[in-house]
Amino acid sequence: MGALNQLVIGASIGAVLLLAALGLTFTFGQMGVINMAHGEFIMAGAYTAYVLQPLAGGQAVLAALPVAFVVAGLLGLVLERVLIRRFYGRPLDTLLLTFGVSLILQQLARDIFGAPNVQVRAPGWLTGGVDLGGLRIPYNRIFILVLAVGCVVGISWYLARLKQGRRMRAVMQNRQLAAVSGVATERVDQLTFFVGSGLAGLAGVALTLIGPVGPTLGSAYIVDAFLVVVAGGLGQLRGAVIAAFTLGVLNSFVEFWTANGASFAKVVVFAVVIGFLQVRPQGMFVLRSRALS
Amino acid sequence: MLEVGGLHVSYGRAQVLFGVDLSAPSGSLVCLMGRNGVGKTTLLKAVTGVLAPRSGTVRFDGRDVTRMRTHERVRRGLGYVPQGHETFPQLTVAENLQVAREAAPGARRSATDDALDLFPALGALMKRRAGFLSGGQQQQLAIARALVTEPRMLLLDEPTEGIQPSIVQQIEEAIGRLHASGLTILLVEQYLDLALRLADRFVILDAGEVVRSGDAEQLRDESVRALLAV
Repeated sequence: MGALNQLVIGASIGAVLLLAALGLTFTFGQMGVINMAHGEFIMAGAYTAYVLQPLAGGQAVLAALPVAFVVAGLLGLVLERVLIRRFYGRPLDTLLLTFGVSLILQQLARDIFGAPNVQVRAPGWLTGGVDLGGLRIPYNRIFILVLAVGCVVGISWYLARLKQGRRMRAVMQNRQLAAVSGVATERVDQLTFFVGSGLAGLAGVALTLIGPVGPTLGSAYIVDAFLVVVAGGLGQLRGAVIAAFTLGVLNSFVEFWTANGASFAKVVVFAVVIGFLQVRPQGMFVLRSRALS
Repeated sequence: MLEVGGLHVSYGRAQVLFGVDLSAPSGSLVCLMGRNGVGKTTLLKAVTGVLAPRSGTVRFDGRDVTRMRTHERVRRGLGYVPQGHETFPQLTVAENLQVAREAAPGARRSATDDALDLFPALGALMKRRAGFLSGGQQQQLAIARALVTEPRMLLLDEPTEGIQPSIVQQIEEAIGRLHASGLTILLVEQYLDLALRLADRFVILDAGEVVRSGDAEQLRDESVRALLAV
C-alpha cells in the first residue's frame, strides 16, 4: 500500500514537472534558447489566477487557464522580439540575459503583489478526493494530471496535424531550407516562443492548486524543468513525458524511504540524471536520420 | 527574368564575389560553371537572399529584390534547390512537400501532382521520413519541394553531385522537361557533358569574377575547357 501511495504522489509530482517542462520543449528543445525567465512565466501564470480571483471567485483557476496562456505567451513574445532574437546562436549570452530578465520579473512581482505569498482558492469541486481502498487521491492532483495529459495531447496534435506545427518542425530541422521554401522563419520563431511561454502560464495556474503563490515560485521549478527536457532528449515530447514521470516517481520514493526526505531526494534525482547523461548524453530520444548522422 | 549586376559578397573579411554580372532571360537555361571554391554557391545564395551582398543589385522579374527577404523572393516565384540534397529529415516526404506548398500562397494543389509526375519514384515514398531516403531520392524530393511552390525560375545547385548514375539520368531528364515547359533555370553544374546537353547559355566564374560567358556552342571551345580543368 505504501508503495502504491508513493506511486500516486510520484505521478502527481511528475505531472507538475511535465507542465513546467512542456513549454521548454518548444523554446529550448526546438529553438535551442536557454530561457531562464521561463520560471517567471510560470509565476506570471500563477499570479494571473490570483488577479482573476476577485472577478471569477471560486472558479478563478478555470478562468485563468486561457488568460494565463495568453499573458505568459505575450511576455515570451515580447522577450523574444526585444532581446532574445538579437542573441540567436549565442547560448551563453542568452543564458545570462534571460537570468537577468528573470530577476527583474521577480522584483516586478514583489513591487506589484508584495513579497509575502498569496493564496488562490481552489474551486469547490476540487476539494476532497477519491478513496481507492484506503488510498486517497485528492481531486486537485487528478486535475493537474488531466491538465498535463491534455497539454501533451494538444501539443502532439498541433505539431503533427496543424499547418503551423508542421511549419515549426520544418524550421527547427532546417532553418535555411525552410526560408528557401518560402516559410517566414521569424514569424515561426515568434509563434514557437508564444506557445512555449504560454504553456508555462498554464503550469503556473496548476501550481496555485498545490501551494501558495510568490515571486520566486518559478525559480523553484526552472532547474527541474530543464532537467526533464535534457534527460528526455531535446525537443522530444515523449522523452519529456517519460523523464518527468520517472523523476517524479523517483523523487517520491526516495523521500518516503529516507529520513531526511526532500533534500536527499533532490540529491538522488540529480545523481541519477547525471549518471544517465554520462551513458546517453543526447537524452532518452534523439532525432536520428541519414541526413543528420 | 533574373539580372544580377556588380555583385560583391563577402563572408566577414573574406570576399568571395568581386562584381559579378549575370543575366538569365525568360525561358532560358543558364549553366553556371567553374572550379570548386570560385563562388558559384555564394552567388546563388546572394540571389535568393540567404546571404546579403555588400554591394550590387539583384533584379527578379523586373523588380529590385536585393533587400527583400528570402521567403518573400520565394513567394514571388524564385525556387531554389540548395547543394547537398537537403530535406526536412524528420518530416515525411508528403509533409516536406506540404510545408513548401502551404508557404506559397498562390500555389495550386495540383502543383504537387505535377512534381510527382516528374519524379514518379517519390509517389511510393510519401509516408517515409525524408531522412531515411537515399541521397538520390532526397535530391528528387529537394527538387520536387522547390517545384510545388510553382516557381517561375529555378536555381539548382549541383543537383547531380554525389548521386548514383541512374538517378542522375532521371534528374537530367527532369531538368530538360522543366526547361522545355518554359521554366527559367539557373543551373550550377560541374559536368561539362551534362551542361553541353542542357544549357542555352553558360557563365564561368573564376576567383569570384565572371571570366567567360556566352552561348552553349562556345562551351566546346578548348580555351573554355581549360578554365574548368582542375
